[in-house]
Amino acid sequence: MHSASAALVLAALSFTVPSAIAADTPDPVADAKAFQKYFTDKFPKLRLADFVNGPYSMNEDMRRQWDEKEQFPPYDFSLDMGKEMFSKPFKNGKSYLDCFPNQGIGIRQNYPYFDEKEGKVITLELALNRCREANGEEPFSYVKDEMAALTAYMAFTSRGKPFDIKIPNDPRALEAYRNGKRYFYTRRGQLNFSCASCHVQNPGERIRAEVLAPALGILNAMPIYRSEWGGMGTTSRRFTTCNSQIRGVPLDPQSDEYRDLEYYLSYVSNGLPISGPGARP
Amino acid sequence: MSMIRKTRKSAFSLATVLLIAGAMPAFASSSEAEFKAAYAAAEAANNAAASLRNQWTTTAAALAAAKQAADSGDFDQAVASSKEAEALAKASIFQAESEKEAWQALEIR
Repeated sequence: MHSASAALVLAALSFTVPSAIAADTPDPVADAKAFQKYFTDKFPKLRLADFVNGPYSMNEDMRRQWDEKEQFPPYDFSLDMGKEMFSKPFKNGKSYLDCFPNQGIGIRQNYPYFDEKEGKVITLELALNRCREANGEEPFSYVKDEMAALTAYMAFTSRGKPFDIKIPNDPRALEAYRNGKRYFYTRRGQLNFSCASCHVQNPGERIRAEVLAPALGILNAMPIYRSEWGGMGTTSRRFTTCNSQIRGVPLDPQSDEYRDLEYYLSYVSNGLPISGPGARP
Repeated sequence: MSMIRKTRKSAFSLATVLLIAGAMPAFASSSEAEFKAAYAAAEAANNAAASLRNQWTTTAAALAAAKQAADSGDFDQAVASSKEAEALAKASIFQAESEKEAWQALEIR
């Protein structure tokens, strides 16, 4: 059965391989412009800032339900937990406030950033765990409630601030951006889907009972409370779950590929406001 | 007397046939060695997919099923699942190789 489906996939793949396309040097500014134009052309009635509301921006019924849900948002418990955790001192007396610019308040829109010393992308989740480790604490799981609570609080203090991701004049930063872009468009898993298959080609369409969110602004709402999960989810959880849903083995959370993917996806949503924490069906 | 002899003879023949029949599946079915070879080939292909950062969950499931069948002594199923895992792993390798260029066709420009 599976051998047959593998053969089918192989056959399908052999038809989808185009002739070699010359690898070009990425132009992030042009990319972001084209990316945003694609979505605003596809959904001409939507305001640019509305894309951060994901499926709720695409479907009127869902939007009405969401408006009502937002009166008592399901992420409130997580937000309260994150606020408390954020200022609670570590065993050494320091806290997260000591690890971040502006004591961590209103800075979500600047993550991820490219660290020129390290030559790699630093996400907010990674920075939070590095802060813990630097202060003698155990790192949190990237896909569980504590990390979601901390990032929920940091996102909440940054609501309304536009994503402001920078690509420094460093070939390694451009390479990280390109790697993230490649990951986004690369088909994987037995279902042969890329991130773009759902979130570029089919936003607003249903996949089973779900309405697919547009890729534009998709990270602005992170972390999210998902009714499907019955709890909060981080960006890491979103990426790894997407991979397993298409029958691909997920990479380790915060592996280079996921960090670069977050860098690319955040950059092309520059200018759109942070709306996290969010709630999704 | 001859009737009894005849009956004994046919009972002996039947027993022989049954014995042979009983032994036959052991000759026709897969051996542990065949399973080990098939499993090693599947594992090697899946490791190659891992080096391309593109393993499939279905490959892992087929490998697990192969191991489980082998543990219960069902080497026919163990070999079949191993071959299935190998086919899936090879498809994931093909996908990763072709996507090295093909991803650009999806790009918003």
